[in-house]
Amino acid sequence: MIARLLAGAALAALAVGSAQAQQGKVSGDVVKIGVLNDRSGLYADLGGEGSAVAVRMAVEEAGGKALGKPIEVIAADHQNKPDIGSNLSREWIDRDGVDVIVDVPNSGVALAVQEVTREKKKIFLMQGPATSRLTGDACSPTGFHWAYDTRALAVGTGQAIVKEGGKSWFFLTADYAFGHQLETDTAAQVKKAGGTVVGAVRAPLNTADFSSFLLQAQSSGAQVIGLANAGGDTITSIKQASEFGLTQSGQQKLAGLLIFLSDVHALGLQVAQDLVLTTGFYWDMDDEKRAWSEKYKAKTGKMPTMVQAGSYSSVKHYLKAVEAAGTDDGPTVAAKMKEMAVNDMFAKNGKILPNGRMVHDMYLARVKKPSESKGPWDYYQIIRTIPGDEAFATLAESGCKLPG
Amino acid sequence: MSTIFGIPPQALFGQLLLGLINGSFYALLSLGLAVIFGMLNVINFAHGALYMLGAFVAWLLLTTAGIGYWWALLLAPLVVGAFGVVLEKTLLSRLYKLDHLYGLLLTFGLALIVEGAFRHFYGVSGQPYPIPDLLRGGQNLGFMFLPNYRGWVVVASLVVCLATWYAIERTKLGAYLRAATENPVLVQAFGINVPLMITATYGFGVALAGLAGVLAAPIYQVSPLMGSNLIIVVFAVVVIGGMGSILGAVLTGYGLGLLEGLTKVFYPEASNIVVFVIMAVVLLIKPAGLFGRER
Repeated sequence: MIARLLAGAALAALAVGSAQAQQGKVSGDVVKIGVLNDRSGLYADLGGEGSAVAVRMAVEEAGGKALGKPIEVIAADHQNKPDIGSNLSREWIDRDGVDVIVDVPNSGVALAVQEVTREKKKIFLMQGPATSRLTGDACSPTGFHWAYDTRALAVGTGQAIVKEGGKSWFFLTADYAFGHQLETDTAAQVKKAGGTVVGAVRAPLNTADFSSFLLQAQSSGAQVIGLANAGGDTITSIKQASEFGLTQSGQQKLAGLLIFLSDVHALGLQVAQDLVLTTGFYWDMDDEKRAWSEKYKAKTGKMPTMVQAGSYSSVKHYLKAVEAAGTDDGPTVAAKMKEMAVNDMFAKNGKILPNGRMVHDMYLARVKKPSESKGPWDYYQIIRTIPGDEAFATLAESGCKLPG
Repeated sequence: MSTIFGIPPQALFGQLLLGLINGSFYALLSLGLAVIFGMLNVINFAHGALYMLGAFVAWLLLTTAGIGYWWALLLAPLVVGAFGVVLEKTLLSRLYKLDHLYGLLLTFGLALIVEGAFRHFYGVSGQPYPIPDLLRGGQNLGFMFLPNYRGWVVVASLVVCLATWYAIERTKLGAYLRAATENPVLVQAFGINVPLMITATYGFGVALAGLAGVLAAPIYQVSPLMGSNLIIVVFAVVVIGGMGSILGAVLTGYGLGLLEGLTKVFYPEASNIVVFVIMAVVLLIKPAGLFGRER
């Protein structure tokens, strides 16, 4: 046993030594990309296999090779459990030689994986998780937050609704890291715009029946009921709000703070119409996005969500940075990624702050009425472009403290 | 405005009514489980998957054949029941002589397979199922807005639960069934076809799950996960009520629905565990459940 340990230690030392000696090489002679997300639960449709497909598309466009070495994509299900997520990523990095972890929806899991990738100095490209803490107090030199975050959602949807006259708010919040952060960020924006928060109720993750919480929201008398939840929870709460006639009286209105294209598709326009939402991506905005999305749809049968499109964009940028840096060493590539502007079908002139926040334009959208839609997936009308600098926090505001 | 424990009475009544609605689903599902356990001694873990199957049959009938809610209410339980009969004949019937655990493992495996297959084909976000035209809209009760459809669910489940209880406890067929569980050999000696009765019981039990699925379709998304979200709570209901006790399953179903509703008012964060806390307490004090008897 001891001999084996010693041998292991010697090997590790050798590996470290050779990695340092041979900068400019690819570790393990393969660039390994691990897509870690919810593949079976309430967030599987907004990321899931779709994110892996999008990553593979980025790899194909790079010719399947980086610095002349093959690129491999693997995927696993974290089941929305932080312990499973951090164990899997540890295993991937230590045993399987994974160089970069992608997606990881569920802020709770992402915060755990961020600790692992920071410790192991590996790149972490976050698409699914929302909490702005990932580039705030929990930031990492090798962590990148790409598609959106709670702060951008709060600025987009929160401010827009207060401006329309929705002054008093009640929050229906998913009871974990993400929901709490989204509620906090939105409440701050609401107050900043001159609104008030009259109350909140915390519902467990993956609740089947929201009627009781909705009734509490209704009796609060607030003008706006802010849904600080995501995926299956958002779908259920919107559907049941419509069933209980919350919005029919005209006195109260729903604000879905995080709504994905897959949610609207599942709800149907009859129920989802006129919801106002903030998104980092919509397929039907320009030719480039349409072309990519049609290609994606040919593979999956669905149009991409912002999480899936963001997975593509971030991996594409990562592979460019690997080529430019001449290595797949985490901190070196991370520095290179931050030097380069992000220009692809997802973002134009996106820039990456030192805390890993990718700053790009966000869009305020309204869900079309059934009469306005030309067919499946024709769901959003973009009503405003929110400039990246307005949507996302500056480095100083973020509260991120990175050494050096 | 006067309050009860700091909560306005309107809110309290509203929550109690909602609890009753959720309790209706618990009661319908735990009734099927209790019937199956009582007669077959099988812990049917596939119950949640069959409930989901009922909802999907209704959805498929609507989207592919244009057959609406009311026919689905009849057809979906028949389809699910028939599926159950096939399962019982081909798989479950081989396990009666073995320990309970084997039936549990088999049905659990079946549940995973059925759910996995639907997840593969339909994703997890679920499909919308419209509320039938006749039951759209709602009543303003003064203290809350009650959607007509939810009112219908309470009535329908009460009727089905009462009818089942009556059929088993008060009719001749029910008497045969109960006798067959006590002593199958003796009952068979009287010329009654016990294996047929057992197959029919399983078919009926899972048809109840299918019926609950159709009732649930317009309220929840028709989703592959809808069964697994519910089944654990339903098992807790059956354990609290007493395994195999039909009246116990029904009363506990409604009772726990109400209790869960109250928890959502006073301490919402605990609403998904309150049932299990009660289960633990009941098991400590009365291991056979509230209405069960020691064997």
